[in-house]
Amino acid sequence: MTSTNSYDLSLPVKGRCFVTAGQAASKIKRTLETFNLPPKLVRCAAICAYEAEMNIVTHACRGQVGLRVTEKAIRIVAEDEGPGIQDVDLAMKEGYSTASQEIREMGFGAGMGLPNIKRCADELIIDTYPNKGTRVEIIIHLQTNGG
Amino acid sequence: MTLADVVRLLEAEVLVAPADESIKVAAGGAADLISDVLAFVAKKNTLLITGLTNPQVVTTADLLDLTGIIFVRGKKPGQDVLKMAQQRGLPLLRTHLHMYEACGILYKAGLRSSRADQDDDNDFD
Repeated sequence: MTSTNSYDLSLPVKGRCFVTAGQAASKIKRTLETFNLPPKLVRCAAICAYEAEMNIVTHACRGQVGLRVTEKAIRIVAEDEGPGIQDVDLAMKEGYSTASQEIREMGFGAGMGLPNIKRCADELIIDTYPNKGTRVEIIIHLQTNGG
Repeated sequence: MTLADVVRLLEAEVLVAPADESIKVAAGGAADLISDVLAFVAKKNTLLITGLTNPQVVTTADLLDLTGIIFVRGKKPGQDVLKMAQQRGLPLLRTHLHMYEACGILYKAGLRSSRADQDDDNDFD
């Protein structure tokens, strides 16, 4: 695979549907496992995809998670139609969450989603628009030292 | 430590049997929050000790390649969760013990933490 020969995948995510939650991340992980990539990077990408997917499920009406794999990087883009993030700096702090009690009782809303993504990703770009939605772009480099 | 050792030490019931009872358990971690699990599990062959019994705990275990899950305080997940685990080949156990007790027994028996800064030989690479 070369940088001009990329692999793309786009998966829809239903908001508030905890039955299908995680399916997009599982599909992304299974897909990445076919590319003979370092297991640690596949694992990082799976965690990023799952957290991004769960953010859509927890907060948004609907969205999608996209995967692009090139020779240089794994790129995951999660886009949603939802309330947006009021304060991105606060959302990046561990433990801060606006999730409801119902969602917390299911084991989510720990306020670790975006911090977990940041920990696993090489680049994290968040674009958010109040009452419209959020776009989260995650990049995990496959090459180091410019190789 | 093997899954069979965990069953013995925690007087556990096997809900979904492993393909091989001699499967290695090299580390353990306990949490009732999914993101905490995603944040702390940094070791291969990790056993998750939890009170969560929803489908997402199986999805999480699958994404992280966990060795298995043990539910504490006698909790038993629904048939949908058991079926998911069977389909994924993920062993599920349950114990009547509380989380604190289960963790203490396994730690005393030598099971290491799944934290990234301990026993680096077993980190994912």
